[in-house]
Amino acid sequence: MAATLQGTRVLIAKPGLDGHDVGAKIIALALRDAGAEVIYTGLRKAPDYIARVAVDEDVDAIGLSILSGSHCELVEQVVSELKARNAGEIPLFLGGTIPAEDHEQLKRLGVRAIFTAEMELSDVIATLSREIGDQSHA
Amino acid sequence: MLEQRRQEDRDRSATRAPEMAASTPSGIEIPAVVDPAVQAISTPGRAAEYPFTRGIFADGFRGRLWTFRQYSGYGSAEESNARYHFLLDQGQTGLSVALDLPTQCGYDPIDPISRPEIGKVGVSLSNLAEMEVLFDGIDLAKISTSFTINGTAAIIYAMYVACADRKGTPRDKLTGTVQNDILKEYVARGTWIFPVRPSLRLVADTVLFSNDATPRFNPISIAGAHVRDAGCTAVEEMAYTLANGLAYVDELSARGGDATRFGKRLSFFFYVHMDLLEEVAKFRAGRRIWARLMKERYGVTDPRAQHFRFGVVCGGSSLTAAQPYNNIVRVSVETLAAVMGGAQSIFTCAFDEAFQIPTEFSAEIALRTQQIVAYESGIGRTVDPLGGSYVVEYLTDRMEEEVLKVMAEIDAYGGVIKAIEEGWLQMRIAERARERKDKIDSGESVVVGQNFFRREEERGAQGEVFRLDPQASRRVVEKYEDVRRRRDAARVEKSLAALRSAAARDRENLMPYLIDCCHAYATVGEMVRELKQDWGEFQEPIRL
Repeated sequence: MAATLQGTRVLIAKPGLDGHDVGAKIIALALRDAGAEVIYTGLRKAPDYIARVAVDEDVDAIGLSILSGSHCELVEQVVSELKARNAGEIPLFLGGTIPAEDHEQLKRLGVRAIFTAEMELSDVIATLSREIGDQSHA
Repeated sequence: MLEQRRQEDRDRSATRAPEMAASTPSGIEIPAVVDPAVQAISTPGRAAEYPFTRGIFADGFRGRLWTFRQYSGYGSAEESNARYHFLLDQGQTGLSVALDLPTQCGYDPIDPISRPEIGKVGVSLSNLAEMEVLFDGIDLAKISTSFTINGTAAIIYAMYVACADRKGTPRDKLTGTVQNDILKEYVARGTWIFPVRPSLRLVADTVLFSNDATPRFNPISIAGAHVRDAGCTAVEEMAYTLANGLAYVDELSARGGDATRFGKRLSFFFYVHMDLLEEVAKFRAGRRIWARLMKERYGVTDPRAQHFRFGVVCGGSSLTAAQPYNNIVRVSVETLAAVMGGAQSIFTCAFDEAFQIPTEFSAEIALRTQQIVAYESGIGRTVDPLGGSYVVEYLTDRMEEEVLKVMAEIDAYGGVIKAIEEGWLQMRIAERARERKDKIDSGESVVVGQNFFRREEERGAQGEVFRLDPQASRRVVEKYEDVRRRRDAARVEKSLAALRSAAARDRENLMPYLIDCCHAYATVGEMVRELKQDWGEFQEPIRL
């Protein structure tokens, strides 16, 4: 049975200056079709704005989309802004052009899963569904 | 266990591989045999004659080959200058400058939003001193340079003119292009700064000034490439681009420009993806439609102002991170399509471009791909080598019909500017991107090595890794601060104040003011800040 995201709220955000928003929009549409309520920030959002929206909107997961190569710096900034707001453990996901050698560092920063353009959308949804489920039972 | 898995993989590829689709990726159905007795097919006319289906030059590539123009730039100006010299030494014939996101979005390197992005997707170029380094040892009168720059195109063009002034190169000797197509930035590429209307003013300022001061320079390259790579079809790519083109012609005409004059300096830019015949037909149809529009809508009779001149990029989202060496083959096929479609300049993506900045090794193979097509394949020997082929003429006709249909849909919505300001075009592209992704996920579209014929154990075998110098960003900031210390502060203030007051006067061309600012070593961020004071910023419509 296909995974469902019914009843969840997910924030899809574009931090930094990167203008590639196709991936973010495809994911937003796919998550919505899987039942999630999706909030998409639009382009060029500062890490503190993203953290603020995540807390204000009480989201169950955050997906960051970064294709400019600045993922390590931006993830670190978003994580520290979330901490500054005592956001708790909102599962954080990352999509974009993310070289394999950066994965370990990003996971250490708290990224639950890293998605590439070539990954099937059903796998992305299943991963989100599992991680959000684990979180709510934790 | 292993044996069983292998057999499963084999079955999967063998049983799931779909039959050859009867339609192109744009959805144009093609008969198994095109028969002129059954299908109506138009006769294409002669090369270099209106409406130019077969090409704009009578001697095609015999007279002059297309320009080999590899997009390149990263880190600081010093590193990019070294890569340019490498590429020119390898036989590249024109430069194409990739700029970093702070430069593209109008932020100086010290801005907090800039710090993580400095030098990442292109070279940092915050002021004239950096550009002087970038072109050190390069003769601007001999080498044409293309800048992929949009939000700050007027500023980078001003900087290029100022750079030529400094180097003693006469302005009228400058050749090259600034992309300067802001409309598609709102739709796909995202480096917008100001709202649509003042942005169009800046585009017009650049074009009109350039026609006088740098008459051999292309002040705009109306680009479909980015909407295509974002997800839309070849038909939509051409339709959206031509629609944007008409919006620029209207704007320039409203500003008092003469279509016969600026029309000669309009250029276009597209992606070439894998469906070879559809791509060739797209360019042939594009030439025909544009010539007709220029003649019928604007009364342009000079053939050179009816010419649809275009550059292309081969690769992009048609490339895969899985089994990256396959991308060399993909780019070869796409290069053939570009040449048979009659492109004026070609950029071939490197095989590792799906996941990193190309290494010197991969960048060289990309350039060699073009050289092999140019000098060994022989396809450039004759004009429009596929002209007269039943299927290509058939497809060209269908493509023309479909493109005009999409253009009519945009008109029916209320025009391209409304469609962009309200986010309608953006939404259409996002939906199309989703469809393209679903087709790959479901196996309806085959991507070799990704959704079919893949080898799990080979994933991650990507060859040499490109590493950006981690110190580049620090050097950029140091140089920036140094320039700000050394420059004549009073002159900077004066030039920026003059720019701001000119911006408040609608009919004033801002180019001379921007060039003055550049000569004073005012920075990109400072100039943008002045303009934002009056114009504000674009508010992105979010519709999903």
